[in-house]
Order: sequence, then structure tokens, then C-alpha cells
Amino acid sequence: MIVSNPKNLLEVRHLTRVFRMGGFMGKGELVAVDDVSFDVPAERPVILTIAGESGSGKTTTARMILGFVKPTHGEVLYRGKNILNMNNSDWKMYRQEVQAIFQDPYGAFNSMYTVDHVLKVPIEKFNLARTDEDAHQLMSGTLEVVGLRSEEILGKYPHQLSGGQRQRIMLARAFLLRPKIVVADEPVSMLDASMRAGILHLMLDLKKKWDVSFLYITHDLSTAHYISDSIAIMYQGSVVEMGPIDEVIENPLHPYSKLLIESVPIPDPEQRWKEHMDLPTREFRSQTFNGCKFYDRCKFRTDVCKTDRPGLKPNESRFVACHLYHD
Amino acid sequence: MSDQILEIRNLTAYYEVGPNPTRAVDNASLGTIRRGEIFGIAGESACGKTTLALAMLRLLKPPGHIRRGEVIFDGTDLLKLAEEEIRSIRWKRISYVPQSSMNALNPVMRIRNQISDSIEAHESGQSKDELDNRIEKLLMTVGLSREIAGMYPHELSGGMKQRVAIAMATALDPEILIADEPTTALDVIVQRGILQLLGEIRRRMHTIVLITHDMAAQAEISDRVGIMYAGKMMEIGRTEDVFKDPLHPYTRLLISSIPRLKIRTELAWITGLPPDLRNPPLGCRFHPRCPHLMAGKCDVEEPQLAEIKPGRLTACHLHGE
Repeated sequence: MIVSNPKNLLEVRHLTRVFRMGGFMGKGELVAVDDVSFDVPAERPVILTIAGESGSGKTTTARMILGFVKPTHGEVLYRGKNILNMNNSDWKMYRQEVQAIFQDPYGAFNSMYTVDHVLKVPIEKFNLARTDEDAHQLMSGTLEVVGLRSEEILGKYPHQLSGGQRQRIMLARAFLLRPKIVVADEPVSMLDASMRAGILHLMLDLKKKWDVSFLYITHDLSTAHYISDSIAIMYQGSVVEMGPIDEVIENPLHPYSKLLIESVPIPDPEQRWKEHMDLPTREFRSQTFNGCKFYDRCKFRTDVCKTDRPGLKPNESRFVACHLYHD
Repeated sequence: MSDQILEIRNLTAYYEVGPNPTRAVDNASLGTIRRGEIFGIAGESACGKTTLALAMLRLLKPPGHIRRGEVIFDGTDLLKLAEEEIRSIRWKRISYVPQSSMNALNPVMRIRNQISDSIEAHESGQSKDELDNRIEKLLMTVGLSREIAGMYPHELSGGMKQRVAIAMATALDPEILIADEPTTALDVIVQRGILQLLGEIRRRMHTIVLITHDMAAQAEISDRVGIMYAGKMMEIGRTEDVFKDPLHPYTRLLISSIPRLKIRTELAWITGLPPDLRNPPLGCRFHPRCPHLMAGKCDVEEPQLAEIKPGRLTACHLHGE
């Protein structure tokens, strides 16, 4: 039994998900998420980024938190309760207080309905309004919070709106339920640059004015640095480094975090990459390898890295999973 | 060998659907592209970048249609050539890596056979050994090991497939490589590898036209950059100059909307929507969203792309007369 800390709103404990791979291509297991733990505090809103490249397990982690995917091991606790054993009223509260927005603001709409529909469904499901008049008021008020004018939005079909407007409507839908946490999985990666900043500022606004915490799932460290308080960097299913955002971005400890941060292009022709980096000439990923998952690409590897997988251990104000920092 | 390799003047390509065609590329001029440079074309979705590339190579399919313009390559206007003549230039002298080409590899053919097919379509009569040798060397130039030749696309990661696509496009040693969004949908570290690879290809005296919406990628490797908006070329200049001192209000807003790692300056964003290209606004196409709108001027008279400082072109009334 894992002891919960009442200071935390959400606790992710040793979350692990193994996918079985079958079929004619051969059999095996893929550990998509491997013993991931972190917390979202209760006393103040935070934006926590889960960063990683494709296949790092960040989306599977998000899907387990939302209850879409069942963990193989570990658990997700909300207000101290395992989300998989919640009674009906706790589960309903969880479904109300933890909301999600996704990458594709186009796919989230049914093109046959006007956009009013996505706002009306939660109002009806959660009995948020008694009369049609109340419902309309609630919709307009919420659209205003996300920076939209209801007269320009209500009654329109999804194709008549921009990607930025659609993503704002998704945030409005989430916000209707007064969530404590919004899981935002790549919410700006399909938007044009000129619209991205607007959505990022809206997230900051919702945090500041309405105490909404965000789990920001992204591959994009630049936007993560812009809005988050802390960050967990994932590599092949494991968190390799976690801590306050400024510290991790300005002085990464784990060799993978270093490489990742160094590789982010700076939009300034006067700060081009100086060092040449070679991509692997072939790829290596073995589930049976017991050493560090970053071993084959690491510049600092030693013998111990080949045989022992480093765990995530505290290092001053952050956590890092690397033998360089373990005694 | 002349310094100029390609010149694009007043290129206009519309999608002819219904009574109002979509004016995807409208009177766009890139000026002269120089031999051995990386010329970037940037702009947001639906600004006409890809249509421009397709039109340059006459690869635009109906309802896309080139209305007018000139694409001068090595002294000849590509738009005036017969189909067989352009075919002898495409791929051999100017090659094109389309967007998401890494997903266009044939899933049931080994990499070696796909590359050899594309070579033999243009240069026949080589022995199998010669071809194999050439393919292995080619894979090495994009940083892949020779075993990759024997693999199928599903055995490769996205970044490796993209490198195969680039290898195929450079197989015949073309003078110009046009790469459309070569880094989109790839991981950050792989993106860096691909951009550095393009830098190496350029050093082998190829000219590259790099089409990408990713301004950070443009900042990283392009020598000069053209910024498109709503089918029009808004600004052209040396990449350093354009980033340091953008002339067009759209360029300035676009650049200040991109977050920079390690520097938390307040980001800008552009309100409103890009125009409907079936019915574009009068005057400057950016005027409905422009913070510097001069009523009676910008909404009436279309600004022309003009050189306002040496090597710096923009189409904006703020810099007129």
C-alpha cells in the first residue's frame, strides 16, 4: 500500500505500462512507460511539463492518468484515492476536475454539428445549467474567459473557425467544469506559430486567475520553458531528469537532457549550432538490455552503465537517473 | 559557371475551382537564387509555399494551374519547355523531396531496390555491382550504414527514412535540391541531424531551396529567406538581417511569436485569420491583421515587392517612396 501525501492533488506512483507485441513480425513486449512517479501539488496551481520525443511514453502516461489505459503496475491517486477503485461519486468528481485537451483541434469536433454542441454536452452531462437561458449565459461567459466572443463563435460549424479558435473552444469546454487539472497533450503543435503564443498565454491565464494546473505533454522544450514551473524529461518510457524548469533547461544534468536541449534550434541566425552531431547510422533498442537505456548514445558512458540501469534519485532540488550523479 | 542559378518572376498559380479560383501563389517573385546557397521559403500553413515549389517544377496537378510567370533555370524558362524537356531536368538537375516523402517509400521493396529504380530511370546501363557500390556510398553520405540497403522501410525510424528520401533525391547529383518541410514530424535531435545533413549537401556545391514553416530551422541553416503570406512574397533578405531587423510587420510578428529556449521574453501573436484566397482583400493581403494599417492606402493599393536597402526586399507601404 502506497501512502498518499495530503499535500498532493494528483500522485502518479510507479506507473508502468507494458504493451504486448504479437503477430507475424515476432513476439515481444514493449515497456512504453517504465516506473514513472511524480506529483501535482494541491496548495497552488502549477504547470508541469512531461517532455519527450516520439516513443518516450509521454502520451501513454497521460492516457493512464485520464483512465483511458490501465496501468500494468503502479497507480494514479487523486486526492489520495486510486482512480481505478473510486466509487461513483469520487469518479464523477474526478471526471469533472481533471479535464483534457488534445493535439488535434480539428479531429475533436463532429463536423455535422455547430460548435455549440461541444459546449452543450458537458453542460447537460454535469447538470451545469437549469434553463436554456442559463446554458447560453454559461457558454458565453466561458467563451469570454478563453478570449472568444460568443456572437462570433456560437452557431458556427467547425470548418468556419481557425485552429487557434478551435483549440480555445476545447479549453472552454474543459473550463466549463471548473477543472483543477487539465491534461494538455501537444495542444499547440498543430497550430501556426502566430497562434501558438495566444494559446500558451491562455493557459498561463487560466493558471493565474482560475487556479488551474496543467500537465503539459509536449516534445517542444521552447514552449515548455515559456509556460512551465517544472519539467520531467522522458526517454524510452523512463523519467531521466525532473525538476524546476529553469534549472533543467539552463543546466541539464542527464546526458540525454543535455543532447536534447542542445539540439533545440534557437530562432536566431547568430546562435547557430557550433558542434556537429552525428545521428546513429543504425538504431538500437533492446528490451532485454539491463543497462542504462541511453547507453548506446551516451558520450559519458562507463562500464557500470552497461550492466546497471540507474534509478531516478534526488540531486539537490531535482531528480536525475544517471550514474554520473550517483555514488 | 554563373553565380545565378534560378530566377523566379511573377509566378502566379491558382487552383481553378468554381467561379472564384483560389489564388494560392499570386505574382510571387523570388529574385535570383545563387549557386551554392540555401534559400529558405517560410510562412504559415496555406501561404503558398508548397504550391510555389510544385509550380517551379511544373508538378502542379489540376485544378492547380500556372497562370503566368517565369522560372529561369540556367538561361531557360522552365515554364516554356515541352514536357519531355522538363522531364530531363527534373530529378537529374533539380530534384524535389516532397513533404512527408519519408512515408512515400514503397513498403514491400528493399531500400536498395527503391534507390536503384530511381537511378536507373534516368541513367541506365550500369552493372549490378556498380549500382550497389553507388548506393552504399550514397547511404554513407546521409550518415546511414550500408546494411540499411537491405532493409525494408518499416525497419527504419522516421529520421532514417527521411535520410533515405534525401539520399534518393541527391543520387543523380542535381544542381538544385528543393526540400519541402524536411524536418516536420521528426524528433528534435533527428531534426538537427537532417538540417546538418542539408548543410553538408550544400557544401558539395548544391543549391538548396528549403521550404519550412519552422523559423528556427530557417535561422539555423538558410543563407537568405523569403517570407510568404497569403500567396504573396512579403519580404526577402539575408537570414541574419531578416531576423535582426524585420521590415514587414508580418515578419516582425511572426518572429516575435516564436519562443526561444532560455530567454523568456513576452511572445506576440497575431489576432484574426489569414484571408480566404478565393476572395482576398484589396490592397495588402495582411492589412486586416496589421498593427500599422494606414487606412486609405494599405486597404486600397497593393504594395509591390521592392528593394529598399541593398539586398533587402519587402512589399509594404511603410517602406514606400
